[in-house]
Parts: sequence; structure tokens; C-alpha cells
Amino acid sequence: MMSNPTGRLTQGQFSFLPDLTDAEVTAQLRYGLAKGYAWSIEYTDDPHPRNTYWDMWGMPMFDLQDPAGVMMELSACRAAFPRHYIRLMAFDSTRGIESVAMSFIVNRPPQEEGFMIERQEVQGRSMRYTTRGYAAQKPEGQRY
Amino acid sequence: MSAPSYSIPGTATAAPNAASAPAAQADSSPAEAARTVAEVLQQTQVEAVLAELDSELVGLAPVKARIRDIAALLVIDKLRANMGLATQMPSLHMCFTGNPGTGKTTVALRMAQILHRLGFVRQGHVVSVTRDDLVGQFIGHTAPKTKEVLKKAMGGVLFIDEAYYLYKPENERDYGQEAIEILLQVMENHRDDLVVILAGYKDRMGTFFKSNPGMSSRIAHHIDFPDYAVDELLQIAEQMLKSQNYSMGAGLPELLRQYLERRITQPHFANARSVRNALDRARLRQASRLYADRNRVLTREDLSTLSPEDLRASRVFSSDSAS
Repeated sequence: MMSNPTGRLTQGQFSFLPDLTDAEVTAQLRYGLAKGYAWSIEYTDDPHPRNTYWDMWGMPMFDLQDPAGVMMELSACRAAFPRHYIRLMAFDSTRGIESVAMSFIVNRPPQEEGFMIERQEVQGRSMRYTTRGYAAQKPEGQRY
Repeated sequence: MSAPSYSIPGTATAAPNAASAPAAQADSSPAEAARTVAEVLQQTQVEAVLAELDSELVGLAPVKARIRDIAALLVIDKLRANMGLATQMPSLHMCFTGNPGTGKTTVALRMAQILHRLGFVRQGHVVSVTRDDLVGQFIGHTAPKTKEVLKKAMGGVLFIDEAYYLYKPENERDYGQEAIEILLQVMENHRDDLVVILAGYKDRMGTFFKSNPGMSSRIAHHIDFPDYAVDELLQIAEQMLKSQNYSMGAGLPELLRQYLERRITQPHFANARSVRNALDRARLRQASRLYADRNRVLTREDLSTLSPEDLRASRVFSSDSAS
């Protein structure tokens, strides 16, 4: 798709930047912990810009003081799903907010095939457009 | 990973903040590379920490000696780093054994603070658990429970009190062994992130280690807490009273010494805890004594002085049998 020439899934923070190194991820984790956020890990192999509900890897980690605990779980998730998208989400539990404050992808499949635009003609030759990922044409678990 | 076919203008290669020697981030002067111990001591808080340790903890010679060794290693590691030699963090897992009331829990709490100020742990908090916080009630419960506790403790100290209760060989449905396995794995792989301190009575910890040699080999520092001598107990009593704004009246220190000498020979003596209990009872008797006279105007000295009669009423002086 011309509007996304590299085919990378651009969901969440830092998605237009090169992949974050482990040290940079640790720095982000430290920032979130300093603000009192609870980190959680999610993974999916269904690439679509509208896919927001991914599968959880363990419960959200409240009351942590150090990024090492989150990195331990992240390594376990990477070992289990090396070719899936994995993201870290920070939940802000202050009263009145109670929602996700940060979310960025930390692991991507080796080959991201990208998206195509699907056109549908409806009555009177009006067009409806949607996005379809090339990888999603294969069944779950066999995409990457 | 598919690399983008464009480059983002203005980005340089990211320089990750290597947190190899956290002590180096504490007050380091990068221009001046220290070559003597004195120069390093000027730059760090090591001396202050050791001085505080000496003044606030009474007795406990083996503990203080071990902490001094760890602090010395920190200083020497700094000098080695300045020379470009490799510096690997030592294994800091510890096991405290000793009789009740010898200060195991107190020192474990202080240890987190000390290690943090020396720069060996990053956050310096303590997570204090017993067996119930690690072992689950049903199959599959133990691993997430233990891992959660370990994640919360990372960056600080995990203090496991009465660690031998984890191992119950006589009950095959017990999940303590699973918790031990997870502990062993994390103690080995996350040596830089977590310090585990076990505590318990010497004989039972001995049996625990004999049946779990993996645990024993991962613990680098086995420290035995000796019983306090009478002089040390007196010093502890003075410190306790001072922190509670009490002072000893005339004749009380000598009487307290006699009390302690008698009490030590009696059964169930719990070192510092027994001293604290005795002082609490003395405070009760002082309160009763002052309560009796309703119309007397009580001065600051009256309210904060314990007199010998508050201690003489103790059973330790009146009878020789077990209290």
C-alpha cells in the first residue's frame, strides 16, 4: 500500500521508529514504573490496524519496582511466540483515568507482508473501501 | 525484521544506558579516575554507611564483618573498572541463622538499605514473605504466585522468613517443591536483579539445605547470628529506651544487668525480644505507679524515667522457677 510502503504495523507508540532495543524498552518500563503504571504483555498474529484486543500473556503486573520483572516475562513471551507481534501496555490506575496510558510493539514477525486496499462496489457504483492484510489470508498460527 | 526502506532524518544509533555498575551512577566524577582507595571513598557513601552500621546495630560481629567485606569489594571494583578490568557483581544471596531475637529480620531490612546505598541493588525495597505467599493451594497455582512475588521483589531484596517450611517431604501433595524450583531458577538467572535472604533457626535450616543442595550452593553468604552478651543486651536496652524517650533512673542499669544475668539462665530466652518485653513490663509498672497518685503534678522527668522498683517487681527476682 503506497501509504505504508514498508508494510509495518503502525499501532501504538514508536511504531514509525526503528525497533526499540532492549535497553530502550527497559528505559520506557522504568519511566512507566516511576509514574506508577502497571505493565502488561499482549501478543497476536492477526495484523490489522483495527485489531485492538490482543491475547494476554499473564496478568497485568501491579506493584512492581523494577523493569527486570517485566523483561523476564517479555523474554518468556518472546521464547513462546518468537514470530508474533508482542506489545507492552501500561495501565494508569489513578481515579478518573483507569485506562491504558502507553502501548508499544516490542516484537514483530520477521516478514511483515503488509496490507492491501479492498474495494467493494455497492449500489449505484458507490465504492466502499477497507484494509486487508496479506498475512491474514492464512489461518491463525500459520501466518508467520 | 523487515528494515524500513527509508531512514528517519536526524536519528543516530541509540546509545543504551548500560547499567552495568549502578554505583557508577551515584556520584562519579568522570574526569578524575580514582587510583587509591581513599579517592574512591571520597566519591561514594561507603564510609557513612559503615559508620551508621556500627553505631545502630549492637554486637553482630560476623554480620558487620561480612558487610565490610562487601563494601570493600565495591571500592576495589571501582578501581578495577577505572583500570579497564572486568568487574562482575558478586552473588549476594544470604542465609541468616540464629536463635530467636538475635536480629535476623532487623538486619535483613537494613541490608536492603545498605546494599542500595552501596549501589548493589537498584531500588532497595524489601519484600518480606513466608511460605504462604509463595506456595499455592491447588495445581497450577504455585508458579504464577511465586513468579509474581519475585517480580515485585526485583530491584530489591526478597526476605523469606522460616524458609524451611517450603520443603515438606512427608506430604506428597505439597507444592512447596515447585516454589523452591522457581526460586532456584530466578536466583541463578537474575542474580543482578534480586537478592534473596533466607532466615530461620540453625538446625532446621541445616536440614533444609542438606535436602536441597541446589539452594545451598546458590547462597554465597551463610551468616550465623550469635546470642548477645549481657553488655550488648544492656546497650540494646539503652537504645530502645532512648528511642521511646525514656531514661533509666538511678540504680536501674545495675539492676537491669542483674535481671539479665538471671533471665539468660532461664528457659525460652529470646535475646533482644526478651529485653523489649521486660522493658515494656517495666513501663507498665511505671504507669501503674504514677497512676496511683492522682493529684501529683507530673513533670517531664517523672513521665520519662523508669526507676528500679519498676523492674524489681519482676518474677525473675522473686522466684527461681521458669516464668
